[in-house]
Amino acid sequence: MHPAPSVIFFSTFSGLGFGLLIFLGLGMPATTGFSAFIFFAIAYLLAVGGLISSTFHLGHPERALKAFSQWRSSWLSREAWCAVAALVLMAIYGAGLVFFGQRWTIIGLLGAIASLGTVFTTSMIYGQLKTIPRWNSPLTPANFLSLCIAGGALMAGQTTAAIILLAIAGAIQVATWLRGDTAFADSGTNMATATGLGNIGTVRAFEPPHTGTNYLLREFVHEIGRKHAQKLRIIAIVLMAVLPIFFLLIPFNHIMALLAVVAHVGGVLTARWLFFAEAEHVVGLYYGKR
Amino acid sequence: MTQLPTHTEKKLGLVIDLDTCVGCHACVISCKGWNTENYGAPLSDQDPYGADPSGTFLNRVHSYEVQPAQGDAQLIHFPKSCLHCEDAPCVTVCPTGASYKRVEDGIVLVNESDCIGCGLCAWACPYGAREMDAAEGVMKKCTLCVDRIYNENLPEVDREPSCVRTCPSNARHFGDLGDPNSDVSKLVAERGGMDLMPEQGTKPVNQYLPPRLKDRLAQDEDQIDILAPYLAPVATETKGFLSWLDKTLEKL
Repeated sequence: MHPAPSVIFFSTFSGLGFGLLIFLGLGMPATTGFSAFIFFAIAYLLAVGGLISSTFHLGHPERALKAFSQWRSSWLSREAWCAVAALVLMAIYGAGLVFFGQRWTIIGLLGAIASLGTVFTTSMIYGQLKTIPRWNSPLTPANFLSLCIAGGALMAGQTTAAIILLAIAGAIQVATWLRGDTAFADSGTNMATATGLGNIGTVRAFEPPHTGTNYLLREFVHEIGRKHAQKLRIIAIVLMAVLPIFFLLIPFNHIMALLAVVAHVGGVLTARWLFFAEAEHVVGLYYGKR
Repeated sequence: MTQLPTHTEKKLGLVIDLDTCVGCHACVISCKGWNTENYGAPLSDQDPYGADPSGTFLNRVHSYEVQPAQGDAQLIHFPKSCLHCEDAPCVTVCPTGASYKRVEDGIVLVNESDCIGCGLCAWACPYGAREMDAAEGVMKKCTLCVDRIYNENLPEVDREPSCVRTCPSNARHFGDLGDPNSDVSKLVAERGGMDLMPEQGTKPVNQYLPPRLKDRLAQDEDQIDILAPYLAPVATETKGFLSWLDKTLEKL
């Protein structure tokens, strides 16, 4: 799959923003007033910034409101609803904390659930696709959710929770990669089933339909960078989990916390780039590519 | 609504004969011609006369080489367009309701004024049947020439998809695959029509007829060339200059 920067930035930063909102909604840390304002401002910048960047890859962003209509069947539509619900609920909850010094527990809890729901629906947009065997697994939502919660704990300064959650997220990330590496072969879709010609013999793409490229090849058959995949995986896991845990284990100060966040974001961005770049769509089979 | 209908009154679709397709790409051209001039946004080209041309097509012809365990390789031309699946994954993922499957005939269509161009339907399609038009920013796909098949302004003979009407080798057939007595259904039954990627669970309406068994003359033990006896070499012992040359070269 083509690793579109807008979608990589969207899913990384909005994941982190909604992760922070989850912890704020649960009252961790239990701040009010100006300190709460700073926390909420950061969370909203990340979450809303991510959502806005996701509209950059739309052909017609001016029609984006129509995307609220199909929540019965479409995970993308459900994501839109969850995101709006989370942002509205958390705005009310945040206003209580910032301006009235009040913690409206129920609204915070509902906001946290909606925030979690947003990241879950995002992950299901990818996880539902049978056409991309690497993504078509419960590990995809597990991967997105664990990174969101771990990143949220890190941003919310929940040191002990963050160390445990980062370790879990790292483990799920590694499991996702390992399962993903055999997913295409395990899916049972190959050139024989794609063409239906497998019972005659070995099928090989002889001539493509056109001499030039096309939308399908640009969007779905991305082979650049795969040769560095193993190195990038090591970089990603070190940045996303190992370094932040190290920075959190040594005695706390704000520089170390900042370094932990920067490393984590860099690691998640790398992992998210790999998530797209390594994903192989079955349509590539028709072109003799993957 | 992007929920799929539980039942469609007809299952209009194509039957594509891989045995008779000659790979001329006439269906590709006629499809592009009809669909760029009629229903919906035109099928644009980018840099059509430049160094890196590309464009939107609703129908493309691939060619595959199939090598059996024994015998000669076969070349099979393979036209591919939307298969108008019964369980169309492209429809259910659409967030706006732009993609839909018609109850009356099962055709999968895109309402271009509702499409936000998110591309998710193309991600969900295993067949590469949907292409985002780079100029228009909306998703394009085969409409089964919905503006031809019911069009009373056209002579009756032309009321079928442009690709079917154009095919010079009769490799493309159009009809109701939901009616077991239709010509296309009989053809599928007779020739063992197949689904593409059945394991994806899309239940495609379009069917592909596998190539028939090829002649295997080259492998046959028996001499079947009836002229061969008359063409056998007359002179068993060679004479003259060429004979000398042959022998001399042998000795070297």
